[in-house]
This record gives sequence, structure tokens and C-alpha cells, in this order.
Amino acid sequence: MAILVTAEHDNHTLKQSTLNTVSASTQLNDEIHVLVAGFNCQAVAEQAAKITGVSKVLYADSSVYEHQLAENIAALITELGNDYYYILAPATSNYKNILPRVAAKLDVTQLSDITAIVANDTFERPIYAGNAIATVKSLDPVKVITVRSSAFEEAAFSDSQNAEIIAVNALPETNLVAFVSEQVEQSDRPELSNANIIISGGRGLGSSENFALIEQLADQLGAAVGASRAAVDSGFVPNDKQVGQTGKIVAPQLYIAVGISGAIQHLAGMKDSKTIVAINKDEEAPIFSVADYGLVADLFEVIPELREKLP
Amino acid sequence: MKILVAVKRVIDYNAKVRVKPDNSDVDLANIKMAMNPFCEIAVEEAVRLKESGIATEIVVASIGEKPCQEQIRSALALGADRGIHVETENTSDSLNVAKLLAKIAEREQIDLIILGKQAIDSDNNQTGQMLAALLNCSQGTFASKVCVENEKLLVTREIDGGLQTLSLTLPAVVTTDLRLNEPRYAALPNIMKAKRKPLQVLTPDELGVTLKQHTQLTSVAEPAKREQGVMVNSVDELIEKLKFEAKVI
Repeated sequence: MAILVTAEHDNHTLKQSTLNTVSASTQLNDEIHVLVAGFNCQAVAEQAAKITGVSKVLYADSSVYEHQLAENIAALITELGNDYYYILAPATSNYKNILPRVAAKLDVTQLSDITAIVANDTFERPIYAGNAIATVKSLDPVKVITVRSSAFEEAAFSDSQNAEIIAVNALPETNLVAFVSEQVEQSDRPELSNANIIISGGRGLGSSENFALIEQLADQLGAAVGASRAAVDSGFVPNDKQVGQTGKIVAPQLYIAVGISGAIQHLAGMKDSKTIVAINKDEEAPIFSVADYGLVADLFEVIPELREKLP
Repeated sequence: MKILVAVKRVIDYNAKVRVKPDNSDVDLANIKMAMNPFCEIAVEEAVRLKESGIATEIVVASIGEKPCQEQIRSALALGADRGIHVETENTSDSLNVAKLLAKIAEREQIDLIILGKQAIDSDNNQTGQMLAALLNCSQGTFASKVCVENEKLLVTREIDGGLQTLSLTLPAVVTTDLRLNEPRYAALPNIMKAKRKPLQVLTPDELGVTLKQHTQLTSVAEPAKREQGVMVNSVDELIEKLKFEAKVI
């Protein structure tokens, strides 16, 4: 009875959040198997087989799993899950969708978004937008867990394949759901969830045209672009850029908040960043309470100056 | 189409959360409570489906202690037709809540269940998905658009990096994301009318559900505080700090 980690990927590349989840799993002191379910995703299985600490890769390759539909993937994980004490997945949008379905099928609850492992059955997780940290003991025979990537180191890759890759048959496709379409933004910028630097903009930007200032600064620094809920609600940027309690939880080396007042829901998504810079013209803005460096100034003057003076 | 909406009573969005001095839990005494914001979006979506002639009846359910009837009444004031309150103290495990909702959905022969994607107290984001699993039906989570076409439910979902559209066979479970709609405020006459709408109170036993304890809350602590930062006076000073003090650029 080992640990099953489900891999996050796009059928071509293994996502970093998988590495954080494997690293969390190593604290549970048991054999770690990784499930790669997708379509034409052999490259992903090969990458997973090189993760240090992984002894087996279960590889289910079928068109059924191409779009990661919860109904199909959860059925597969549930069937495999009977052989495991722990099922861990990164707390990405994808597994937030899939994993509770697995838990219910196994008649256990899910421990969502854990940030620390206290004991084999006891975990820490933030509640109330991170304003409190709960320590929760699971009483279930199988622990189904999503892992907050930013709270754990990444597992390393070894030079050669160290895990055996075992093909797993796909289950019949469900007729409950059909994939229609997907619009995924193509961008050369790093993803929010694993960027070293994030520049986020808020309502202070005033318009989506002005938000381009944030994007230009981000490109200059090789940073990801984030936003507050206010900026999303105002239509400046799409919702998947939202950093906060109900958006992405991030913890980069450097987080620069521009024109963001700092509602608790936003702070919940970024206050674990290593260094936080806040730029806001309102010196009373709550964002300054979590900032390492605060600058009270007009962002429309600061951003051009930063662009000029930064490398 | 018959719709079930589940609503949760939680701490008000703007209220400050305090941890109890003995670290046993958060302190909710004398704190303003309200309907979970994502549940408001769920109610609104159901009401819009009824206004557009797609839905015929909206049943609103809440699981919890007696005060959660206030949130049921709020949903009735917004346009739901009748309420079901399942009275229990045991709401800490989402799976129990999902089991109770599944029973209600079966009894009422519901076609579509709409829930918020997450409650702002426990931040779990799991009840809707669990409910879909128990009913063995389709799920459209984190929905930003819902429409009905040829007996199918087309749901556009917020995913990492963009949007995905799925076609769901009914019955289905939908969980709401922020951009699905902007909830209305209840008009005073509707608040008065809501007081006369039917509200049934049930127990888990009456629904044939045995609640189980899946987790135990060991302790609740304040999060680690960040050290007080410094204010800088110029862009030059900021860049110097970032380069030589924080060493992050």
C-alpha cells in the first residue's frame, strides 16, 4: 500500500506542481507511484520516471483522457486508488475539479490544499482565506489530498529513468459529458503558479489598455502577470490571472503589487511570497502591511521609471 | 427543468476572522454571518434560468443549525420557490453535506444542481464535485457561462490558462465561479413575500443519511506574521533594495 501521486501535465510536459506534490509525498515515508493519464503523453510518463523518489509510473494513454474530464479521470483514479493509502494531487484547477470526485467514490473526505504534513494522518491547511491555519487529522482509511505547490520544495529529476513505467488500460468513456472546445492563452510568459517574479496589477491601473504597462514590465523582468479580483471584475484581465483566496495561490521570490489596495482575499493569495513590493498612491492601503518595500507614488510615473532603470 | 441550489451560511465577506485564545477553532461569536458569496451567484443563476423560461421550479437547500434558515429566506427573497433546511450540527465534512444534498436531489427529482465553487470559511472547493460523484452525474465546475441547448447543458469553465466548454448530460452539477453573473439585491416586497414561501425542515435521519466523522480538527492557529517592512522614497532606492538587500533581481 503505497502513495499515488497524480501528475499535472498538458500531454507534452510534466508541470512543476507535480514535483512539489512528489516532494510532499516523500514526507509520508512510503513507496511513491505517479499516475500519468492523458493522450499521446508518453513524453510525460518518461519525465515522471526520472523524478527522484518515484519508484513506479502508471501510464494510461487514451483519447478518453485527452481533455482531463473529471468524470473519466476520476473513475480511473478511483479504480487504481483501492491499492493505495494516500492519493495526492497538486491543488491545480484541474485536480480541484477531479479529486473530490475520487474521494466521494471512495467514501472518504478530501483534505484540500494542504501546506504542511504534521504526521502520517495529520495535515495543516489554511482556512478563512489564510487568516487561520487548521491542523486536521484524517480518520479515513484512504487519505485523499490536494497539495498547495508553493508550500513544498520541488522534487529533483535524476539523469536517467529510475522508475518502471507500467501501462494501464483506459476505462470505457463516460457518456455523461462531451468536450466542446478550449480557449487557452498562448503566452511566452512564465505561468503564475511557478514564476520566480510576479507583477500584479489592480484597480489602480484603470483600464485594460493601461494594464499593458504591467505586461511590459513583466516581460522586461521575465515575470508572470497577475491581478487582483478588482482588476478582473473591472474586465482588465481574464480571471485566470487572479491572485487570491479564490484564484491562484502564489509564493514567488519577488511579488510586485501595483495599484492593488490589498483586500484580505488578495493577501491570502500572495502573502507567502519571499519579497513583496507594494506600489500605491494611497499610503493607507492595507497592501503596505505585508510589503517588505513600500513606495507611495503614482504608478503611471513609477512603472516607466522602473522600465528605464531596471536591466 | 427543476433546479436545486445549495447555500451555506458563513462569516460575512468583510468580517475579521479571529482565532480563539485556546486555539480550538476560529471565534464566530457575535460575528456577522451571511450567505457565502459563491452561493449568491448560484442563486442568481438559477433565478435567471427561471426568468428565461428554462427552469420551472427552484428549490433552495441549506445544511446546518437553525440560523441557516436566514440564508434560505434570503435565497427565497431573490426568487427561489421553496426551501429545505436539513438541521444538523455536523457540517464540518463536505462528504456528509454532499450525501444529504444527493438525497434531496433524488427525492425531488432534480435536473440541475447549482452550488458555489467554494465556501469562504473552510475554503475546500469540493462539495459540488462530491455530489456529482454520489449521483453519478456530470459536473461543470468553476462555471463562467451556462446555457441550455438541445437538452444538454453547455458550461464554460475557468481552467488554468483559459476557458473550457463542456456539454453535460442532465442531471448535472454546476459550481459557480466569480464571473458567472452579478447577483441582484432582494427588493423589499420580495423579502416580505419570502417569509410566506414554504420552508421544510428535515433531519439527516429523515433523509436516510448516517453522518460519519471523517476528520478531526486538532487545532487552529494564527498564520505566521510577516516582519514589518520599510517604506522607500524613490524608484532608485527601491531598485537598490531589491538588488543588494533582498537580492531578488
